[in-house]
Amino acid sequence: MTKKEIFLSSAFTENSVWKQILGICSALAVTNLMSNSMVMGLGVIFTLALSGFTISLLREYIPKRIRMMVQTLIIASYVIVVDLFLRAFYPDMSEALGPYVGLIITNCIIMGRAEAFAGKNRPVDSLIDGIGAGFGYTLVLLLISTVRELFGFGSLLGREILGDWWTRWSIMVMAPSAFFMLAILIWIIEGPLQRKKLNKG
Amino acid sequence: MEISPFVIFLAAIFTSNILLTNFLGMCSFLSVSREVESSLGLGMAVFFVMTFTTAINYIIYNLILVPLNIVYLQYIIFIIVIAAFVQLIEMLIERFSPVLYYTLGIFLPLITVNCAILGASLFMIIRQYNFLQSVLYGAGSGLGWLLAILALAGIRQRVRYNYVPTGLQGAGLSLIITGIMALGFIGFSGVVVIQ
Repeated sequence: MTKKEIFLSSAFTENSVWKQILGICSALAVTNLMSNSMVMGLGVIFTLALSGFTISLLREYIPKRIRMMVQTLIIASYVIVVDLFLRAFYPDMSEALGPYVGLIITNCIIMGRAEAFAGKNRPVDSLIDGIGAGFGYTLVLLLISTVRELFGFGSLLGREILGDWWTRWSIMVMAPSAFFMLAILIWIIEGPLQRKKLNKG
Repeated sequence: MEISPFVIFLAAIFTSNILLTNFLGMCSFLSVSREVESSLGLGMAVFFVMTFTTAINYIIYNLILVPLNIVYLQYIIFIIVIAAFVQLIEMLIERFSPVLYYTLGIFLPLITVNCAILGASLFMIIRQYNFLQSVLYGAGSGLGWLLAILALAGIRQRVRYNYVPTGLQGAGLSLIITGIMALGFIGFSGVVVIQ
């Protein structure tokens, strides 16, 4: 596969969220505001890319039996970097995201890519795969958070859009709507694909 | 303000359910909830591990990390504690109770990467609980998670043979069921409040 194909496949056709249903926890939790989603997405791209690169570099030396543990530790080190960076430069954002920054460690996408790709491929390819998967993830976060912020707060990226006449849908800010929005997103994307497959088969 | 540990326990089960309001542990929640028996097994394992790891992590955090001023290492330490604890439990169960090992054993490795376990430890630090509060918070969150996965598994078994739009089959439908469950749990929110 060329580098471009790797990127496109991990970002779209094999998208972790809607194809493999991974990394749902944070996809639901931080999507009430667009700015939160954007920062979370960038953090995940950073961690995915660099941990993929590192795990791929070390893949010959990691004993098979303890590879999960080693991978987790590598991922945790990069998450600490993200967390300290946010705390130092964007304390408000760090407070808003709370424990979800730390929870990037257990984000199944990162572990999934490490197992499925970085453990078997060359470092640069793994780096690109990580960026692609992170990009696909961020895209989902932004799609969901756009709808939730627009209807829930009447704003986009913190800027007033809808004005006073709009009655805020407080349900959009609360937990259940995150589940519904993600389900609808999966429905819209997967529905046509699966129908096509059924018609063919 | 000092909140009674018992209130925290109830709130962790109902009003601030770790799955339905904090969205933690979704991956295994969606993939294991096909049958009631296996959900019960995983739920019990989560409950057990969560109760003990919050206790251990509380002790380590306050007796080692804070005095040495290396709090920023908490993520690595917590995940090591969880992984080591899970490994230990797995060995103990295998040694002493092969029957339990066959029902619970296969779920234990899944738990290391269950974000609810790490999440409970992180929430306990952020909300500055004391020891008793932390342990009951961990136990309550574990029970809440067990309750949620059992409910979803029960509903999924019932809708299995019904007509569902093509694109919603599988994860989509589970998410919608979970959303409705979360709506239902909002009804508890007047009972106890934490956070």
